[in-house]
Amino acid sequence: MTAVLRPERPTGGRLVDQFEYGLDAPICLTWELTYACNLACVHCLSSSGRRDPRELSTAEAEAVIDELQRMQVFYVNVGGGEPTVRPDFWHLLDYAIGHDVGVKFSTNGIKLDKARAQQLARTDYVDVQISLDGATAEVNDAVRGTGSFATATRALENLAEAGMKDVKVSVVVTRENAGQLDDFTALTDRYGAQLRITRLRPSGRGADVWDRLHPTQAQQRELYRWLLANGDDVLTGDSFFHLSAFGEALPGLNLCGAGRVVCLIDPVGDVYACPFAIHESFLAGNVRDEGGFQRVWQTSDLFQELRSPQTGGACTKCAHFDACRGGCMAAKFFTGLPLDGPDPECVQGYGETALAARDREIVPPKSSIDHSHTGPVRGQPTLLGMPGVPPAKLCDESPLTGLDLR
Amino acid sequence: MGAFDPGLPWRRARSVALRPEPFGALVYHFGNRKLSFLKSKLLLSVVEALAAHPSATATLVACGVAEAQRPAYVKALADLARSQMIEPRKGAA
Repeated sequence: MTAVLRPERPTGGRLVDQFEYGLDAPICLTWELTYACNLACVHCLSSSGRRDPRELSTAEAEAVIDELQRMQVFYVNVGGGEPTVRPDFWHLLDYAIGHDVGVKFSTNGIKLDKARAQQLARTDYVDVQISLDGATAEVNDAVRGTGSFATATRALENLAEAGMKDVKVSVVVTRENAGQLDDFTALTDRYGAQLRITRLRPSGRGADVWDRLHPTQAQQRELYRWLLANGDDVLTGDSFFHLSAFGEALPGLNLCGAGRVVCLIDPVGDVYACPFAIHESFLAGNVRDEGGFQRVWQTSDLFQELRSPQTGGACTKCAHFDACRGGCMAAKFFTGLPLDGPDPECVQGYGETALAARDREIVPPKSSIDHSHTGPVRGQPTLLGMPGVPPAKLCDESPLTGLDLR
Repeated sequence: MGAFDPGLPWRRARSVALRPEPFGALVYHFGNRKLSFLKSKLLLSVVEALAAHPSATATLVACGVAEAQRPAYVKALADLARSQMIEPRKGAA
């Protein structure tokens, strides 16, 4: 038998250094309740659309909640898919709250009519997050689908009218909406809500649009300035820590928490290191396995491996390593970059260099887990389709138009 | 709330849960949903023991916090009081 030597946890010191060695239970975790979704957002990080027949039953989901209560996981971020299309969603919400597991759930707003809004306003210990990826219908609907802006803002109206407190508007920052940050603030203020912005990851269907939608370097710098000026009033889920390498650290932990302080439980009970890493390389186990979630969290080989500070690789030699810690593991993985090298959006420019130097033979890894709708979806996003990209001239209908064939 | 007085009796706030961790503990307030951290196991013992002693100072002594360390512990407790993780106890023994 060979003994694997792991660095030993130091005593005392900074919390961020402690967190790199992992915790006995996650601080919070993301739990996607279903792969079913009424929308077909072009950048969906979980490639959602169709329900998976193996999804956890109500009883199995309750057992997971019991376990989270025992492990003292004080709250979960519930998502999907669209979690509210699960018929037992409202039951599971009450069950979790009744078992000291607070719920923050993300929704496109489809089920939040006046009655549900009033129900939520009466419920303690629940947070609602409405997804919106444009401050105008035009920008939002191009990625989330026609009518999705109206659905989201109607839900916000219902929640505001019901007196629901601390509603969040959750925005994935893209090249298209990066210039709308102040407009988003104005929009959330209108509903008495709070703005939450997160980073676009090349995960799930996000991989297909990342090249086109991820913010430019100039936009990243602008975003960084904006966060420094407005950071206290805006939630980020700690998602922009790679921007800290511009200079001043942003509020938050500024570390990759994957398998250390966070993880993901997917609709079929698979446990992944983080919500942006639905790929077999980051699969630690399943809550249905013997020992349940606790055993996966505490003893899986993958999570053990993730729980040590990075000591090698190009980034550790960089002057900014302490600020950005090499960035996002999932962003590197799904763009085909080495995990101990720079983040593809490294603000020092090393990411762009690394992307350009990628071996052309190497195809970035793609997840085999895909629940995307296979047929047409009502209000399908236009970003990639014909309606959004009209031919430059009427005679330019040929599929070869514009292609450089030299 | 006024300044933290270590001469008074204190307790972990009723809506607060402590989760032991290798570095100390997670502190969670179910009311205001604030999360905090205790950065040593000894501090965790102190917070848990507060309710059993007539004052915060007496708790520090009982838990064996070295005299030189006490000001730092009083400051940590003051921070916890400010964030409502610990609360004054009435009707002390």
